[in-house]
Amino acid sequence: MAATITEKIFSRRCGKEISAGDVMMAPIDAAMIHDITGPLAITKFREMDGTTVFDPSKIIMLFDHQVPADSIPAAENQKFMRDFAAEQGIVNYDIHEGVCHQVAVEKGRVRPGDIVVGGDSHTCTYGAIGAFATGIGSTDMGFAMKYGALHFRVPESLKLTTNGTFQHRVGPKDLILSMIGDLTVDGATYRAVEFAGDTISRMSVPGRMTCCNMAIEMGGKAGIVAPDEVTRTYCGGRTDGSWFDLAADEDAAYVLEREYDAADLVPQIAAPHNVDNVRDVTKYEGTPIDQVFIGSCTNGRFEDLAEAADVLGGRKFAPGVRVIIVPASKTEYMKALRSGLISIFVEAGGLVMAPCCGPCMGGAFGLLAPGEVSLSTSNRNFRGRQGSTEAEVYLCSPATAAASAVKGAITDPREVA
Amino acid sequence: MHTWKFGDDIDTDAIIPGRYLTLYDPKELAAHAFEGTRDAFAREAAEGDIIVAGRNFGCGSSREHAPIAIRGAGVQVVVAVSFARIFYRNCIATGVLPVICPEAETITEDEEITLHPDEGYLTAGGRTLAVEPVPAFMRKIIDAGGLVEYAKTITELELCTK
Repeated sequence: MAATITEKIFSRRCGKEISAGDVMMAPIDAAMIHDITGPLAITKFREMDGTTVFDPSKIIMLFDHQVPADSIPAAENQKFMRDFAAEQGIVNYDIHEGVCHQVAVEKGRVRPGDIVVGGDSHTCTYGAIGAFATGIGSTDMGFAMKYGALHFRVPESLKLTTNGTFQHRVGPKDLILSMIGDLTVDGATYRAVEFAGDTISRMSVPGRMTCCNMAIEMGGKAGIVAPDEVTRTYCGGRTDGSWFDLAADEDAAYVLEREYDAADLVPQIAAPHNVDNVRDVTKYEGTPIDQVFIGSCTNGRFEDLAEAADVLGGRKFAPGVRVIIVPASKTEYMKALRSGLISIFVEAGGLVMAPCCGPCMGGAFGLLAPGEVSLSTSNRNFRGRQGSTEAEVYLCSPATAAASAVKGAITDPREVA
Repeated sequence: MHTWKFGDDIDTDAIIPGRYLTLYDPKELAAHAFEGTRDAFAREAAEGDIIVAGRNFGCGSSREHAPIAIRGAGVQVVVAVSFARIFYRNCIATGVLPVICPEAETITEDEEITLHPDEGYLTAGGRTLAVEPVPAFMRKIIDAGGLVEYAKTITELELCTK
């Protein structure tokens, strides 16, 4: 029977034909826990009479939301997790490696065709390399850590096909924002979102991560790109070489199919306070901003920082604008450092922080005062997300963030450079 | 019993802001539920209250702190037109009953609600409104009293690979 990528992954893993709508207890290949939802997951694991995790080599642990610990309770939570890692023999990346989704993929802890769960809604990011990855709560995670399996309802899929070449200063973030604006914040609820087309085929793994990362912002259970040569090249030196043909069959069944033209796309903005409140950047040009954040699991990779630095072109950030730059991982930080990007940002007046989630969740630093406006390359502009409920967060691409940081107001990056 | 009425797209940051996620105790979390967006909830919500909402309730984060905060405030039932996926699962895992009612928007704050989820309806202000049945495998977890209790009943996992 014709199958979607998601159906193929479950069928392969279960050893029999699986279709959307099937409910099952499926084995998992990896489980990711971090400092926010991890302590509760461990507590639930214990409450389920868990003594040893199903396989310590399949638990990915790190701290990224409150790094370094910004309060005594945060420090206690991290200590609790360190002790658990030591007891169970789990490798703990601790505060040293960066944001969970970036680290899980770049360290080769996730492979194409894997079924992965994570205690974070943006776990869908791993679909960029062809894993079926989904965010779960802490009690589900406690169960997954004990049994190495979890109950799933295999989702129906949406197919979003993009063809064509992006204009200068337009990229994956603009594409995914426009898709969310089109489909709305619950347009993909309970669905897997397949990204297809020649624009996606040419897109780097980091670009695909940006798209899959935000599948949850349209309600998706997963975002996914069929593994191809781009995936093979990226994963080649990172994983054990597992490789599967997971391309969807041409006559696979989708609940919705849409086509997009990359050449028509212009820079996009998601205005407060919903991610689907998306318009062309031109609608908001000139809106004054107090803070710019370039980073997060959506847009904190080297190519995002390189794009921002290129737009900056040696200029200074506008006086009165606080520009916070947070590379997504130590690896991405070191690439930026060696290539001179960090110097460019610091000399322009930016604050470059150690790899972590930064202001995205409003956890550790960079919070907004009432009445302030932030422009952010992260994934959510919910009211109160980055500080005061009376502040406003706009979402955009790294190029738009950098152009706006130079001008001190929301700016179309095509006009700057 | 009081009904707390909310609109569409109520996100998990609104239910429990990120700065309180170091907390795990239901009562401590409940003290900050809807802080900054509906401050009266934490002060006035009582055992047996019901939340009624529009589309996409609980969108956003995987933080289980959201249903725990709601349950800590005394709310055991959330009736909504639709739920975000992770929140829906987290409700079942933590002992909050998520009830999908396509006509939930017609319910007002002063209406008495009586639930008959297994029969596929609820009554509000004397009207009968259809609700979707909870999927069978979720029902097993609810009947056990949540996922922790369900896990304790398992003697052997029935994996799909068998």
